[in-house]
Amino acid sequence: MADTKQTQKPSKGGDGDGGSAGESGQKLAKKGDALKEEMDALVDEIDAVLEENAEEFVKNYVQRGGE
Amino acid sequence: MAIPKVMGTEIEYGITVKNDRDFDPISSCVLLVNAYREEHPGRILWDYDQENPLADARGFQVDGEKYTPNQQENIARNKTLVNGARYYVDHAHPEYSCPEVTNVRDLVVHEKAGERIVELSRREATLLLPPGMEILIYKNNSDRKGNSYGCHENYLMDRRTSFKQIAEHLMTFLVTRQIYAGAGKVGSENRAHPCPYQLSQRADFFETEVALDTMVKRPIVNTRDEPHADREKYRRLHVIVGDSNMSEYTIYLRNGATALLLSMIEDGALRRDLALRDPVRAIKEVSHDPSCRRELQLENGKKLSAVQIQREYLEMAQKYVSGKSPDPITLDVLAKWEHVVESLERDPMELRHEIDWVIKKALIEGFMERKGLDWESAQVSMLDLQYHDLRPDKGLYYLLERQGRVERIVTDAEIDAAVTEPPVDTRAYFRGQCLKRYPAEVFGVNWDSISFGIGSEPVKRVLMGEPLKGSKAHVEDLFDISPTARDLLKNLRA
Repeated sequence: MADTKQTQKPSKGGDGDGGSAGESGQKLAKKGDALKEEMDALVDEIDAVLEENAEEFVKNYVQRGGE
Repeated sequence: MAIPKVMGTEIEYGITVKNDRDFDPISSCVLLVNAYREEHPGRILWDYDQENPLADARGFQVDGEKYTPNQQENIARNKTLVNGARYYVDHAHPEYSCPEVTNVRDLVVHEKAGERIVELSRREATLLLPPGMEILIYKNNSDRKGNSYGCHENYLMDRRTSFKQIAEHLMTFLVTRQIYAGAGKVGSENRAHPCPYQLSQRADFFETEVALDTMVKRPIVNTRDEPHADREKYRRLHVIVGDSNMSEYTIYLRNGATALLLSMIEDGALRRDLALRDPVRAIKEVSHDPSCRRELQLENGKKLSAVQIQREYLEMAQKYVSGKSPDPITLDVLAKWEHVVESLERDPMELRHEIDWVIKKALIEGFMERKGLDWESAQVSMLDLQYHDLRPDKGLYYLLERQGRVERIVTDAEIDAAVTEPPVDTRAYFRGQCLKRYPAEVFGVNWDSISFGIGSEPVKRVLMGEPLKGSKAHVEDLFDISPTARDLLKNLRA
């Protein structure tokens, strides 16, 4: 099922392209946009499940007596 | 001579109850562990009689109190499962010790099966609580308030290898291993230097180099000498420094590389001098540096980064294996170790699909950027914790896994099977089968023995001092001709 990698590795140097008009510049920009969209979608998903009262929850999470 | 690295992990989980003003961890743990129901009706003790946690591998016995609960308490706190695992209450934490396995792939399967079992019991136990309350479980190692709980790894070794030799080589390896074994943590603890994000949940808590204790002044190399096996032949190396990992790839590499290192120690194959001047300082230096570039001071005057040091171990491992006929899993571990070291040499963030601390960092940084948050935000701390949440619909690691954003090693089908099936190639098979077949007659269990109470006869203990004996190949026929426990004991004596 999911034991092969299904996602691309993130591109490096795909940001701060300096407005190059060449084909490679456009490709990188498109890749950057796709990644940004992917990240946006992920953030939305996380938002939907993230504990609402984060501050209180984290404050109340205390564990004693561990090895 | 290197012997097969039979291994297992013991994981303490974090526990809390939502909306419970009077939360008491111990009673919640007992409720949790007892909520896991297997089919057998047995009331089985954990046999503490043979345990000796105060024996120190450096050759002495420490004075102290051994923990031995009364029978009632014992039965309430200890479950031995039909897959050969132990699920129990350890002080104020639920703990799952997976059955003994012979290889690191099975280790991943069984550690993950443990997550399923704990989650199942969490759901069942929650049903027994007043409405609005929910038990929550986290597979992590710190509460950000100075309390830590462990993931302990266990590796079978040849007793003839001196503990001094093991400690020397293991020290630097464990200090630097975090670059691929760390689970990641926001902030710092235990009076360590402040930092926004670090590689390891546990590093800040290590205060000594070599010692027996596991709870205060924790040592990088732990000297517990309780083999749970024939003590003339075997040592059980007890590693307490590791993080609890969610990523299968990380678990696989963590245990796989360590097992290889231990075999090299047994065979005297470690030729390079990598001793650190100050390992207790270095373990934090490594953890607090997500660039993985910081150089550590070696005893011999040189300076090397953790990545450079792991590159040395990798090269020695490649050379070591080239002279033998390695099995496919060993070759795969080496290939992944190389991939990871190469990626770390270029840019650690390339490993955002494989290594826990990087997966988590990428997730948090993406979230922070989109929402305009910083490392001190409460939501960022919540992300750090919720990454380790065992609920499949809320845990952030599981969310990433479902979306195919992390590389897997094993399949869900294999993990599900391991919830009720023991490994077939260790004594866990014998243990699990006894529990399945004769639950009403099993009186007590420990890792290296199982005892039977048949009718009103005296309790009889069967010793299991060889971790590889009691496999399916060994005992399948024996079980076929032993419909009852009495038959089994008779046939064992024959």
